[in-house]
Amino acid sequence: MLGSNVEIKNISKFFGDFQALDNVSLQVKKGEFFSLLGPSGCGKTTLLRIIAGLEQPDSGDVLFDNKSVINIPANKREVNTIFQNYALFPHLTVFENVAFSLRLKKISETEIKERVGKLLYLVRLEEHKNKKPSQLSGGQRQRVAIARALANEPKVLLLDEPVSALDAKLRQELLVELDNLHDQVGITFIYVTHDQAEAISVSDHVAVMNNGKIVQTGTPYEIYESPANNFVATFIGETNLMKAEVRETNEEFVRVFAKGIGEFECYKDKEVKKGDKILLTLRPEKIKISSKPLEGLNSFHGIVEEEIYMGYQTKYFVKLDEGYILKIYKQHVNYLLDEKIIHWKDEVFVSWNPNDSFIIEVEEN
Amino acid sequence: MKYVSGYTLWLVIFFVIPLIIILSFSFLEKTPYGGVNFSFSLEGYKSLLTIGYLKVFWRTVWISIISTLITVLLALPAAYYIAKSKFKNLLLILVVIPFWTNSLIRIYAWIFVLGNNGIINQFLRFIGLIDSHIQFLYNPWAVILVLVYTYLPYAIIPLYASIERLDNSIFEAALDLGCSKRKAFFKVLIPNIKTGLITSIIFVLIPAMGSYAIPDLVGGVNSKMIGNEIARQLTTAKNWPAASAISSVLTLITLLGVILFVRNSKKEVLN
Repeated sequence: MLGSNVEIKNISKFFGDFQALDNVSLQVKKGEFFSLLGPSGCGKTTLLRIIAGLEQPDSGDVLFDNKSVINIPANKREVNTIFQNYALFPHLTVFENVAFSLRLKKISETEIKERVGKLLYLVRLEEHKNKKPSQLSGGQRQRVAIARALANEPKVLLLDEPVSALDAKLRQELLVELDNLHDQVGITFIYVTHDQAEAISVSDHVAVMNNGKIVQTGTPYEIYESPANNFVATFIGETNLMKAEVRETNEEFVRVFAKGIGEFECYKDKEVKKGDKILLTLRPEKIKISSKPLEGLNSFHGIVEEEIYMGYQTKYFVKLDEGYILKIYKQHVNYLLDEKIIHWKDEVFVSWNPNDSFIIEVEEN
Repeated sequence: MKYVSGYTLWLVIFFVIPLIIILSFSFLEKTPYGGVNFSFSLEGYKSLLTIGYLKVFWRTVWISIISTLITVLLALPAAYYIAKSKFKNLLLILVVIPFWTNSLIRIYAWIFVLGNNGIINQFLRFIGLIDSHIQFLYNPWAVILVLVYTYLPYAIIPLYASIERLDNSIFEAALDLGCSKRKAFFKVLIPNIKTGLITSIIFVLIPAMGSYAIPDLVGGVNSKMIGNEIARQLTTAKNWPAASAISSVLTLITLLGVILFVRNSKKEVLN
């Protein structure tokens, strides 16, 4: 493997009175595509800049391959950054931008030509090599930034919201390209984004950050399917949050009562006892909507309050008899004739498997 | 179109016509009491070829170039600091405030500071470092000092404008790609503020070449510049053709200098 593993140890950073990072620790494996995900102001960019050496932490350490780099200045670290606005040098051509770090190393012009040529081929910009950055489109600029960062042959590539300045369609394309590129170059990618869809679609591991702390680290699947708390559950994708009280427990499941819904069963992924107040999450796509109650599932009666047709799916907001409004996303996977289509104001049953509702927070009685 | 013609009119009235008058007077005959006789003569230019004039021309050029270099070197860090400061508006106002005072008064203020009985000499006498005084004034360096002081704002403002709109992240990108801070300064900052640099050099060099009041007041006999000579020919010597001839040559030298300079730096930018 060409990449380095990166370890962040107890990093804290203040800007005046504002604590940007609060005792953050994490580990990124060699060659991994790792994402730092969080809302703006959560400290993810500060953490990235600390890894790059552009910012010094107030305390803590950064290690590459188990060696501390905290005292190594940015220009000597084996890491390169793709900046949010790309930060291309406006006075240099595409070729010169990419060759910038190689020329600093006093490599022969013939070798520079060859290496830059390869990189420009990799990002498909050969025919634009004599243009200035101002003559390129947003997507092309981003690819120049990638080639320029890779020219230095870094062991770690840092990407600061690299696609956020582009329009939605281009964003998807470039994300796929970044993923392919990661497979080709094999170095460690650390990717900063506020967009949960980006993070979970390309990463091997994701660290979710909020208020300068890491809230949860895991694979995209873990982050989405078993969020560690309220914040992660609502930040990643959409969900139904329910406050409930534990009525009964057995080995695998707990029976709970939620105001506005009623009594139902949910998966016991945290130790709880009778009388505890808990917070549950239930993803909208895990809920079935039908005109008849379904056997063996938690099933409640309600009326469709709102129906949003989106082509590949329909979003329903169903008001249960007891008053809770449940979000349900129904994917249109069946033939249209198979079932009766549910519309606004229809009386329906909503049902879900007890396995799909998780306890995310417990307040002991 | 309206705008263009208005601008052209302005240029013709205030720039082209006076220039034509000066140029034509330089080829006419002088009269003993100022003014000109309308008959062709090269007398005005002949007087230029004396050693004395060449010396004054040369002094004008080197004083102006050195003043410009010092001014721009001082203006660059100042402009950078202002552009990065939280209080940039306040600092910009501070830069401009001296303009609210008449420039002659500001030059006299320097005489008050540097003169034989000025603040500095008084202070040095007070602490017992000297007995009589140090002659600060009436030499080329006094002229350079006051020129730098006078034209510093003209250099700071265009530099500030070009640094201010520069994206700070390109500086960080340079560090990230292996530049030391010093290298990043020369390889990234300087090339990207070239327009501002050229502008501030021109803004200082041209008025410095034509300075009159400053060398007149703080320069003394041995640091007269060509502006003083033009004034002398026009007033005491009553030789208008000579004054016009010197002016024309000065304009020509300045124009050629600026054209060469701008062309060279443009080339460098393109390469």
